[in-house]
Amino acid sequence: MSAPYDLNDDSVVVIIGSGAGGGTLGTELALKGIDTVILEAGARQEIEDFVNDEWESFGKIAWLDKRTTSGTWRVSKDFPNLPAWIVKAVGGSTIHWAGASLRFQEHEFKTATTYGPVEGANLLDWPLTLKEMEPYYDKAEFKMGVTRTNDIPGLPGNNNFKVMKAGADKLGYKECHTGRMAINSQPRDDRGSCQQIGFCFQGCKSGAKWSTLYAEIPKGEETGKLEVRPNSQVLRIEHDAKGKATGVVYADKDGNQHLQKARVVCVAGNSIESPRLLLNSASAQFPDGLANSSGQVGRNYMRHTTGSVYGVFEKPVHMYRGTTMAGIIQDEARFDPSRGFVGGYEFETLSLGVPFMAAFLDPGSWGRSFSSAMDDYANMAGMWIVGEDMPQESNAITLHPTEVDPFGLPIPNVNYDDHANDVAMRDHAYRQGAALYDAVGAVRTFPTPPYPSTHNLGTNRMSEKPRDGVVNRWGQTHDIANLFVSDGSQFTTGAAENPTLTIVALAIRQADHIAERMGQKTL
Amino acid sequence: MTHSMGYTPLSRRGFLRGSAATAGLVAMTLAGGLLSAPNGAWAFAPKTLKPETARVLVQMARDTYPHDRFSDAIYAQAVAGYDDKAATDAAFQALLEDGVADLNSRAKDGFGAGSYDRVGWEENRLSILRAIAEGPFFQAVRSDLVVSIYNNHAVWEILGYEGSSADKGGYIDRGFNDLDWV
Ligand SMILES: Cc1cc2nc3c(=O)[nH]c(=O)nc-3n(C[C@H](O)[C@H](O)[C@H](O)COP(=O)(O)OP(=O)(O)OC[C@H]3O[C@@H](n4cnc5c(N)ncnc54)[C@H](O)[C@@H]3O)c2cc1C
Ligand code: SF4
Repeated sequence: MSAPYDLNDDSVVVIIGSGAGGGTLGTELALKGIDTVILEAGARQEIEDFVNDEWESFGKIAWLDKRTTSGTWRVSKDFPNLPAWIVKAVGGSTIHWAGASLRFQEHEFKTATTYGPVEGANLLDWPLTLKEMEPYYDKAEFKMGVTRTNDIPGLPGNNNFKVMKAGADKLGYKECHTGRMAINSQPRDDRGSCQQIGFCFQGCKSGAKWSTLYAEIPKGEETGKLEVRPNSQVLRIEHDAKGKATGVVYADKDGNQHLQKARVVCVAGNSIESPRLLLNSASAQFPDGLANSSGQVGRNYMRHTTGSVYGVFEKPVHMYRGTTMAGIIQDEARFDPSRGFVGGYEFETLSLGVPFMAAFLDPGSWGRSFSSAMDDYANMAGMWIVGEDMPQESNAITLHPTEVDPFGLPIPNVNYDDHANDVAMRDHAYRQGAALYDAVGAVRTFPTPPYPSTHNLGTNRMSEKPRDGVVNRWGQTHDIANLFVSDGSQFTTGAAENPTLTIVALAIRQADHIAERMGQKTL
Repeated sequence: MTHSMGYTPLSRRGFLRGSAATAGLVAMTLAGGLLSAPNGAWAFAPKTLKPETARVLVQMARDTYPHDRFSDAIYAQAVAGYDDKAATDAAFQALLEDGVADLNSRAKDGFGAGSYDRVGWEENRLSILRAIAEGPFFQAVRSDLVVSIYNNHAVWEILGYEGSSADKGGYIDRGFNDLDWV
């Protein structure tokens, strides 16, 4: 049973957002007996509501509130009002996500030290090490049932993986397998095994893929200590004269506003909404927004250096059949500046259905070059590039100077320029990807530009010193003791790996810390 | 509902209805159907757009996303969606009527043809489209077509995409790893 808490109950921990960060943190706190309210802007949809249809699913669960973009990244030209492809629903982007679950490498927690100065990049070491994170990575992998950990076998390879593997072998890549996936390869945790449905991005109809929606939140609710309030969009965080957070104002589905009091507030709205909320909570005492004495709120926005390579072959592939992302090559994830860039990247299998392929293969293009590629859809294989992008101060979420949302609050603008290092990395990956497919007999390959961001990171970054970032090593804001950040916006740097395992590990760690501090009455 | 993917959209309902009712047009044999396949396989009677405008738009749709395996019915279906939208959106109607009038006058000036769709060679029609490609008319049509055409279930079938799979038990027993040529 979920516990309904009173609006005036100021003993609760309030979490904003129910995705990878917020959903995990809320569940962990409830399991420790802490009264917790998760306010989630989106509706609660369950597995039966998911649809195997790309556009219909997008219309039902994507975050479609208006946003603007600027900067030289191509997304701004192709999708000016859709900088990010993320979810507005209970479960957040863990409904959409593909399940790839990788640990960061040791040196990726200390990039300023390892890479040295990189012009224009705002690199900083994490105030954390891999060693400190390892126990939490262990817990996160166990919780999420990540394949190739905890004696869980890998997923079987689908057709798209077979093409990748053959090419990887030809190129001499050694680290190619079906991934570390938070997708059941055998029944586990009361959920069945993957049915190779192939619509992982539209919500897993079999429940084999981990999502906070059904794999975490119900466990928290069962304790009677967790209430998830859907259709509750937080507009502002309130504070008292002493500069402590006191509660949050949110709008319900009819637009009525309520104040939920709180002992602790944790922000987990993903890396565009979280800084926007802090900026929109500016007050006389904090004129630049909450927790923003460093001026870093909203800055250092990272989205991974992405891109895709698709190859067309003489014979059918049917890449869309089966688990979307169960295939990885890790050889290029190493640190090796001899390639002309710092940081590394992964190749991961990827497929889109015909509707999304048309929208994303080469946005804006038309004519026979494009349509003949679509004609060969059944013979296509695909993989995604995910690599470390450079944090830059000017890549930032800012409040729009004139446009407001229906509640009268400025909408966010997302500014992003590719760094020269990002461009060099992407070009390298395009070349390697095309060579890989050519080695298996591709008749054509396509260097597909980045999609709207699925990985959004860094806009409330973690730092040792308060002047360099927004939160400390526990995700606690440097400025306000009972205000935490609990999502991917904490990331100091992005690493080459998909972020969610690290977001979940940080949330588990943060739950321990909050519980301890509450127990000591220091929070 | 406005879509936020950066194109000027028809209503979602509009294109989803179009995709769900793949056979809809085939059944649309209204008396006096002014647009029809020579063999009578389908016919489409625009209600708001001028019949000639609709005819030109069908050709323009094919030239923009040319698939020789697609029948005109698929392109006409997209145009039928425009006709629906034009009925309630006068600015959109004007954008289409004016845009097509411009195409026709370019067809006349450049190739002595009575209208855009009467220009014989695709390459010549493309030269007309390239000249207007950055303008609002072409952008509105193209950005909608890329959704409505490729969201059509008849198109999926031709391109070899099998669509919804959970209802069929996924691909675990239906060929997720049947590739044998590598
Ligand atoms: C298509 C796709 C595939 C992906 N694949 C992978 C993968 O394979 N591996 C991987 O590691 N990652 C993947 N990701 C990324 C992963 O989903 C995200 O990194 C992760 O979910 C982010 O967690 P989060 O807690 O920061 O935000 P989210 O999970 O997005 O949760 C944020 C939640 O906060 C809510 N919210 C926002 N603002 C407010 C507000 N003001 N009030 C109330 N609620 C609010 C939102 O509605 C949302 O539910 C993928 C993402 C997408 C879209
Ligand atoms: S392929 Fe597996 S993980 Fe993906 S949606 Fe299907 S059952 Fe779920």
